[in-house]
Amino acid sequence: MTTHPPPARAGFTLPSYERPQGLHPPLDFPGYRSTALRAPSQPLVLLPQRLTEVTGPLLGEGRATPGDADLTTQHAAEPVGERIIVTGRVLDGDGRPIPDTLVEIWQANAAGRYRHVVDDHPAPLDPNFTGAGRCVTDATGRYRFVTIKPGAYPWGNHPNAWRPAHIHFSVFGRAFTQRLVTQMFFPGDPLFEYDPIFNSIPDPRARARLISRFDLSLTQPDWALGFEWDIVLRGTGATVFEPPDGDR
Amino acid sequence: MTGLPLTPSQTVGPFLAIGLPWPDGPDVVPEGTPGAITITGRLIDGAGGPVPDGLIETWQAGPDGRFDHPDDPRGRPGGGRAFRGFGRAATGPDGSYRILTLRPGALPAPEGGTEAPHLDVSVFARGLLHRVVTRVYFADETGANAADPVLAGIADPARRATLIATPDPGQAGVFRFDIRLQGGRETVFFDV
Repeated sequence: MTTHPPPARAGFTLPSYERPQGLHPPLDFPGYRSTALRAPSQPLVLLPQRLTEVTGPLLGEGRATPGDADLTTQHAAEPVGERIIVTGRVLDGDGRPIPDTLVEIWQANAAGRYRHVVDDHPAPLDPNFTGAGRCVTDATGRYRFVTIKPGAYPWGNHPNAWRPAHIHFSVFGRAFTQRLVTQMFFPGDPLFEYDPIFNSIPDPRARARLISRFDLSLTQPDWALGFEWDIVLRGTGATVFEPPDGDR
Repeated sequence: MTGLPLTPSQTVGPFLAIGLPWPDGPDVVPEGTPGAITITGRLIDGAGGPVPDGLIETWQAGPDGRFDHPDDPRGRPGGGRAFRGFGRAATGPDGSYRILTLRPGALPAPEGGTEAPHLDVSVFARGLLHRVVTRVYFADETGANAADPVLAGIADPARRATLIATPDPGQAGVFRFDIRLQGGRETVFFDV
């Protein structure tokens, strides 16, 4: 058999991340008034994924201390409110957990007030609650926060507008393409149907994926209620097949 | 394909300053690093007004055109770990932001050819239900910019110009890059 040297290659192969269609809210969404002057009017230009897009900051170690994951112990005393545990995994669409990645959260206090100069909701600030947390996922992609359940709050979008209770989440994954900022909600909130931000997501099934699941088994008896919420970032389309039970 | 269903985006809202800014966020390299440059500008809305509640994030190669990341097939960059590659700056009351970094090198494109030195930029703000993404190129890289496959894909020179940071004539090492979310000189935003 004759061997030939491989042909010289100009190129190289990089991972390619899926481009979800119809998943995210449209940028121009009149029901949410703040989009009016901020949503771009020109169509987005398709950017093929190259080195800058398939790499990204691997932020983990050094960006969070263990105390940062407990929002109830950041001050002299405990904040007022329903103590909760919020945990889940950061995964990609291929089913792979994303370990050692930074998860950042921020939220209102139990009365629905943010510790921020532009929040003028006449509800009390809590001297024992800042409302910011961060942690790094473990080897299985799991994050875990201890906090208090945020309150619903009014906002000026339209008459009698109220946001359902939510926690803001920021995650990086492993690639620039995977960067995601979103919000986690709580099951059974009566405000879902009135909230234009929640309903800006076109597919009701995708909206439902922002709602955490109450889990009695995560609840710490006599101490805190438990909620579970997984975050799934874009995958490369290479589905990981789990062997059937008993194969290993 | 039977992958997991993905998590949709929501706006960062008006209170991102509680959770996202870091004291060292704008410093991709520490203050005083030799050769460091500043990229600065304003985030502007469709009425020409400042966006005072936005967040700008940048991601880029090092000066040798490499990324400290396992999916860069060329291996790790030189130059030490002080270069983070990632910058994050909240906008001020006048919509301004500032990133201190090193000039990125040119990059090989997987299909062949070369990408001109650039940074990828994510913009988050109240009123943006999903981040918008743009790129910063450098006005003094005329030859590299002319051969860049992304810039070449934007036919209108006026649109292309929205991606070019210009040297500040009054301050060495400072590049101006305004981001206009909407309107007449709207920045080019990408679907990544």
